[in-house]
Amino acid sequence: MIFSRILFDLAKRNVRLHFLRSLLAAVGIVIGVLAITAMGMMGSSLQLAVSSQLSEGANTLVIYPYTTSGSDEGITERQLRDIKLSAGTNPVIPIMSGSDRIAVGSKNGYAGIYGLDPGDVGDIAEVDKGVSIRGGEGALVGPALAEEYDMRVGSRITLGLDGGRSIRVVGILKESGFSGTMMTDNAIIVSESAFTSMYGDEGYSMVEVIVEDISAIDRVKENIENKMNRREETVTVWDSRAFLDMISETLGSISLFVMAIGGISLIVAAVSIFNVMLMSVSERIKEIGILRSIGVQKHEISLIFLYEAVILGFAGSLVGALVSLIGGYALVSFMFHDMSLFFAPQTLMYVPAGMGIGIAVCLLSGVYPALRAARLNPIEALGAE
Amino acid sequence: MNRQASQARSWHPGTPGGNNRMGTPVIELEEVRKVYPRLAGDVVALNGVSFAIEEGEFVAIMGASGSGKSTLLNQIGCLDVPTSGRLLIDGRDIRNMSDFDLTNLRRDAIGFIFQKFNLIPLLTAYENVELPLIMKKGQRDVSGRPIDLLRQVGLEGEMITHTPPELSGGQQQRVAIARALANDPKILLADEPTGNLDSKTGTQIMDLLANLHEEGRTIVMVTHDRKTAAYADRVITISDGRIA
Repeated sequence: MIFSRILFDLAKRNVRLHFLRSLLAAVGIVIGVLAITAMGMMGSSLQLAVSSQLSEGANTLVIYPYTTSGSDEGITERQLRDIKLSAGTNPVIPIMSGSDRIAVGSKNGYAGIYGLDPGDVGDIAEVDKGVSIRGGEGALVGPALAEEYDMRVGSRITLGLDGGRSIRVVGILKESGFSGTMMTDNAIIVSESAFTSMYGDEGYSMVEVIVEDISAIDRVKENIENKMNRREETVTVWDSRAFLDMISETLGSISLFVMAIGGISLIVAAVSIFNVMLMSVSERIKEIGILRSIGVQKHEISLIFLYEAVILGFAGSLVGALVSLIGGYALVSFMFHDMSLFFAPQTLMYVPAGMGIGIAVCLLSGVYPALRAARLNPIEALGAE
Repeated sequence: MNRQASQARSWHPGTPGGNNRMGTPVIELEEVRKVYPRLAGDVVALNGVSFAIEEGEFVAIMGASGSGKSTLLNQIGCLDVPTSGRLLIDGRDIRNMSDFDLTNLRRDAIGFIFQKFNLIPLLTAYENVELPLIMKKGQRDVSGRPIDLLRQVGLEGEMITHTPPELSGGQQQRVAIARALANDPKILLADEPTGNLDSKTGTQIMDLLANLHEEGRTIVMVTHDRKTAAYADRVITISDGRIA
């Protein structure tokens, strides 16, 4: 007999009889379930948001020169041609990069500088204000850098130490956030010719290949590697999906950690349920004695108390789940402004999971009191007052 | 009122050992000892008790407090087992039975009536009577037996939907008797059934038990009250763990 209606009724009525006490114990479970569910939902939304941002760059292969210690030879024009051959119709963008001292008005500091073919700028970044670079003239600056140095279209930047070259800002880039390869928010983009005239031509620091059909990414990667690294390792082909995996793994462990912190409140709740159940057992020793004397088996006595724990757990978890749905909705709309993150199965999954954990915790807290109730000697229990 | 019944059974010799071949002993004790081990030394609660009770008998067990009569009732009620000796309930020796089997024996063969009624306060009168039936069958009663039993002990109507705290002592004891009868047990065990009742209500309850006896129930009753004991066919007096 797994489920007995009358034993369940007994448990239910005892909960009702000690309503305040049961309510307080259930509130603990509400908070515990709320903590782990809300944390889990937030972590999952964060993970989804970041990976959807990052996966915009997931179709990109980045090719770096294979460096042995000491040499900083870049990718040569010849290698670039080979890459272009093996990349088929996919756009290939050679990028030079470095960093230098910059001065704007009286402020100075360091910034990253990229050299790009003006025709390729559109594939890498979007211009927010002003125009893109044309010919050899002008520079584009990232929004964060522009803000820091108070630059606008028309400002002049001096690159290099005193007497360095002065260059005019023709455009400010749109914020691009964090993509695995280029970080343009804090950088200056100049034309390739301007870059080589200042820093010399040491080849390209990297080459980006934008694979238009994402399912072809492995094939393109293989083609390039076969072509370039057949005899000896000359380039490293970096696939941003690996980076994406790493990021989401890290976010996953962060959200697990945060959930574990939420779990502490569930442990506290478990202790209070445990306490309530022990109280319930010691108040009902006489009743247990009566039940045993009229032929109720030990395991059936245990069931009464387990039912009671499950009733508390279920009620608490249900309320906790509802509250965390509301709370999670508010949190996601406030933090990400994107409700599809909230309605994603990965996020909503935390609601039944949190409830399940809440009920399981209550059940476990009820096991010892229930066994204790069952082990009572019927004669001594009958004699109790 | 039970004189007739007493006379009808007056052939019973009441000798210990249960060698009577004319009836079937429903309770049979042979040299039953119960020893409680204590740090300060063993306490011998029962020291070699032998007697038999036939089906349909009404036996009163008397004795001073501490004489061992409660221990004796607990053994007969299968709440505890003897340390040594033989104790047969309905032909089965309970000394080596498991807790599970003892519990089932209590459920099926024994009906308890307590001094303090001992109803489940969370259940209504009806549910208290229904409970042993549910424990036996594993489902709610559909036969109407709890209502019949409650009517038999003089409770009906709206009364049976009340919980024990809403009933008087006499009414509670009536519910308890109905509960004891639920699974049609071979033996009714009454432990000071009138101890918590005023004398008028006590007399009503004893009349009820006498009626049940007349219908052929076997009743074993512990009491210290001679007037109550007078309802029984036979009195067994216990003193210092032995039959006096």
